[in-house]
Amino acid sequence: MSEVRVLVGTRKGAFVLTADGARGRWEVSGPHFPGWEIYHLNGSPAAPSRLYASQSSGWFGQKIQRSDNGGKTWEPVGDAFAYDGVPGTHQWYDGTQHPWEFKRVWHLAPSLTDPDTVFAGVEDAALFRTTDGGKTWHELSGLRNHGSGPRWQPGAGGMCLHTILFDPSDAKRIFIAISAAGAFRTGDAGTTWRPINRGLTSQYIPNPTAEVGHCVHRIAMHASRPNVLFMQKHWDVMRSDDAGESWQEVSGNLPTDFGFPIEVHAHEPETVYVVPIKSDSEHFPPDGKLRVYRSRTGGNEWEGLTKGLPQRDCYVNVLRDAMSVDSLDPCGVYFGTTGGQVYASRDAGDTWAPIVRDLPAVLSVEAQTLP
Amino acid sequence: MIRVELAAHLRLLSQVDGEVELQVDAPVTLRAVLDALETRYPVLRGAIRDHVSLQRRAFVRFFACQRDLSHDAPDAPLPDAVAVGKEPLLILGALAGG
Repeated sequence: MSEVRVLVGTRKGAFVLTADGARGRWEVSGPHFPGWEIYHLNGSPAAPSRLYASQSSGWFGQKIQRSDNGGKTWEPVGDAFAYDGVPGTHQWYDGTQHPWEFKRVWHLAPSLTDPDTVFAGVEDAALFRTTDGGKTWHELSGLRNHGSGPRWQPGAGGMCLHTILFDPSDAKRIFIAISAAGAFRTGDAGTTWRPINRGLTSQYIPNPTAEVGHCVHRIAMHASRPNVLFMQKHWDVMRSDDAGESWQEVSGNLPTDFGFPIEVHAHEPETVYVVPIKSDSEHFPPDGKLRVYRSRTGGNEWEGLTKGLPQRDCYVNVLRDAMSVDSLDPCGVYFGTTGGQVYASRDAGDTWAPIVRDLPAVLSVEAQTLP
Repeated sequence: MIRVELAAHLRLLSQVDGEVELQVDAPVTLRAVLDALETRYPVLRGAIRDHVSLQRRAFVRFFACQRDLSHDAPDAPLPDAVAVGKEPLLILGALAGG
């Protein structure tokens, strides 16, 4: 019988939640690395017992941990993230130029085919890669040196590279997103990059339709259709049908189009999930009601999913890396909140139940489906 | 033997309980002790000093014999009481937050 393993990164440690394919009874393991911020854990699609974790601290810096047994034990690997050459400057909040400084790893994306190859998205924004299981990391500096770097600026959470998507049909094509620079695409495995932000409109930057500078919160893709991308931007939910060459707004009837995560159903490429948040100054759900919104039409037409979720006095947030789907049938959907709850739906969002209620603030959620 | 007392987060990283004891040849300096510490526990590289510059991380503090050594030169001799193992070198996180 299949199993599901949900990897949860929090402000104060990592947790591993496991269940059989029925997804009714969950075992909770953790905290791993107690007291440390775990921005992200992720498993290798090629070898699911191989996990990587980003462990960081404002005091003691960045560590990367690796597990070869699904999170039962961990070993530290390399954590020297040195920018390639002199990293130069980017735009600061006040419009002045500010030196590029490494702060932490936000997102880890193991290769689809090689468990020793992992990409890391970091703050200040850059993309690194290891090909030796995390021992050494090297920057793919063509991204940072694209030429638009001095116009990138940090969002409220920092200037982070938070999304890394691989095209399963073309090993050389990768999509990434940076807050607040926008989305970029490479077609040569990371050597050269181009911004893919045409169609985005951001009223909070001097030129609302600029080539870069957009606060993209998250991008999602279904593996069967790598040319179709969905984006939750600072404001606006967007869709591209041409691999990011152009974007169209699909916010439709959402109660608010601000939010952080966006995910695609494992088996229905036109079914998309978002969690609307009231505004960029009020990071909680509208009306104190925690609602996931699902579109079965690839956007524009959305339905609120509320069964099992708090519908009064709820003022948590759901961060950009804190939603994931499994690949069972029906598809399981998972998300974590800044209030420490991890909710699961085993029926594609129709009903929800908490797996845990009282973890530290959840930063990331990744679901693995195991044979 | 040089005695080193690590902050709780660093003990968790290096998986040690209590103090660490290190053999360090004279002259006993902060740099020599940190070099020995990182050789024994490679996971601590980058957690106390920057990987490349070897500068103290901003929120790390060094204390010994009721003195703040955080801003001393890395090649300055540590107090005699540390060099002979009578007092530990404390490596702590700065007080920050509530």
